[in-house]
Amino acid sequence: MQTKEPGIHGSSEVAERVSHSATSDRPYKIVLKGAAFFFGAVVLIFVWSVLHAAWPALKQNGYHLITGTAWVAGGNGPFGAFSLILDTLITTLIALLIAVPIGISSALALLFLVPPKFRTLGASLVELLAAVPSVVYGLWGLWYLTPWLSHTVQPFLAGITGSNFPFNGPQEGFSLLLAGIVLSVMILPTIVAISRDVISVVPVDLIEGGLSLGATRSQVFTKVILPTSKIGIMGAIVLGAGRALGETIAVAMVIGSNIQMPHSLFSTGGTLASTIATEFGDASGNTGAALAALALILMVITASVNAFARVLTNRAKATA
Amino acid sequence: MTNLLTQLPPDPIYDRRKQIQERAAATIKRRTFLSRTYIATLMGCFILALIPLGSVIYALINKGIAAISWTFLTALPTQPNLVQQDAIGGIGNAILGTIVIDLLAGLVAVPIGVLLGLYLSEATSRIANTLRAVTEIMTGLPSILLGVFAYEYVVLPMKQFSGLAGVVALGVLMVPVIAKSSEISFRGVPSTLREAGLALGARDSKIAKSVTLPVAAPGVITGVLLSLARAMGETAPILLVVGASGVWDFNPLHPMSALPLLTYNYSGSQYPSQRAAAWGVALALVTMILILSLTARIVSARMRREKR
Repeated sequence: MQTKEPGIHGSSEVAERVSHSATSDRPYKIVLKGAAFFFGAVVLIFVWSVLHAAWPALKQNGYHLITGTAWVAGGNGPFGAFSLILDTLITTLIALLIAVPIGISSALALLFLVPPKFRTLGASLVELLAAVPSVVYGLWGLWYLTPWLSHTVQPFLAGITGSNFPFNGPQEGFSLLLAGIVLSVMILPTIVAISRDVISVVPVDLIEGGLSLGATRSQVFTKVILPTSKIGIMGAIVLGAGRALGETIAVAMVIGSNIQMPHSLFSTGGTLASTIATEFGDASGNTGAALAALALILMVITASVNAFARVLTNRAKATA
Repeated sequence: MTNLLTQLPPDPIYDRRKQIQERAAATIKRRTFLSRTYIATLMGCFILALIPLGSVIYALINKGIAAISWTFLTALPTQPNLVQQDAIGGIGNAILGTIVIDLLAGLVAVPIGVLLGLYLSEATSRIANTLRAVTEIMTGLPSILLGVFAYEYVVLPMKQFSGLAGVVALGVLMVPVIAKSSEISFRGVPSTLREAGLALGARDSKIAKSVTLPVAAPGVITGVLLSLARAMGETAPILLVVGASGVWDFNPLHPMSALPLLTYNYSGSQYPSQRAAAWGVALALVTMILILSLTARIVSARMRREKR
């Protein structure tokens, strides 16, 4: 773990004095600050543009935009995004339920169980999983997972509950469940990479202390390593959730793009992001503004989730 | 002597230790079994995590190579119709569009991103801290939001879809990613090196140019290449703003075609030939992304070795 460096100006008293006298360099500072403020301005304009585009829909629908369940595209509404928000949360939850246990296990396996020769290879493979663009995951889900789901998984799940909630309805592949599964594959690299980072800084003393007391490896994993890196792993999970909430194209390709209240995990639907992508092309009337309002909701949700993840990972770094 | 020992009170620590040892010995079989099961589960999960990767790669190679030919890579697309259902043409202009948009976005984003990273690595003011947080949050925002932004500020004023709008969206997407990775690389430069520069009387700009940038270069270049790779695969923002094009066109002010966009459009086509061709497009895209990522790795490995 590298210690945080305060930079030139705080690095030592000598450096500070020198940098404020003969060698102070105004043009350099202006260029740096210029780039920084330019980016800050772009971010402000970006936020403003989404807000501005969404304004007509906000004015027209007010809070019904969030609580309303009716979404009539193509004209003047009404536009209620409740079902979209619900679908977004459901798919993210499914993704987390699958990806969190697998991701944390993989991180532990990569750090402690895989033979050292293969560790770099394993880490590269997980990185490769992150390098595949989302449209390719969508294509893969469309060709391979849709038939697998409708022929194998959905009949099996429906068999468990006797075609009752939450596994009721038609078994045609395209569903919230499928979107969740595809998302779980996509957020897995994030969760593995970040939990690997936070687990790798657990002090060796603690691990060896546990082993020397006669604990088995699984006891060291569950009673020493995981509790020590708890906060960092939480950060990894929240970051993964943030990615799942905003993932667009892959979801749009497998969720069935159908705005309705979800009544089953097998029902088709649309998340906030996927609906923007699928409806944007032929938005008429106030629909464009309503889609921008979806973007606004999405922005607020993902920005808060990411900020929370940042707090968690920073705290994990501080305690490590 | 023996008398003395027997007169001693019983040792509580000794008893306690004995208890623990007995307990440990009694449970060791169960604990070993649990531990083995647990470890097998962990390894199982790890292998499970790699299955989708294997499946995606297999699909890309299997279905992608079947679709790819020289004409497919270089020709212009044609629209199949009911009579000529297999007339899909090629993806030449989409490859061109992807490269043009990605390079232009990089051209805009790299200087700003690297300078922002340098600023964030040096400044400690409250504004800098806020900006650091904003940069980090921006890296996690869904890319489609930038599509909305580019639509509002480029497509609407110009009254047409354009490659430029894609450049704007991807550029804004890349800046925080580049800034973050270069900030980390700049922070990794030992302060003794910079202080040595200061002691020689060098100006800040001279130190940045001759010390900080060269030392941090491998990390910075790797970050830039990876962000280019990431931007290349982005579909959502492109989908909203670049439109579609069936001709050779280098002018970014016109609508353009791009590989991720074509993959998306073909995947939902009514013609089986186009749906199958989607894999060819995807393979071309993934190949280009992998070339960039591999270059990033090689560059950073080689430059690090030279340093030593």
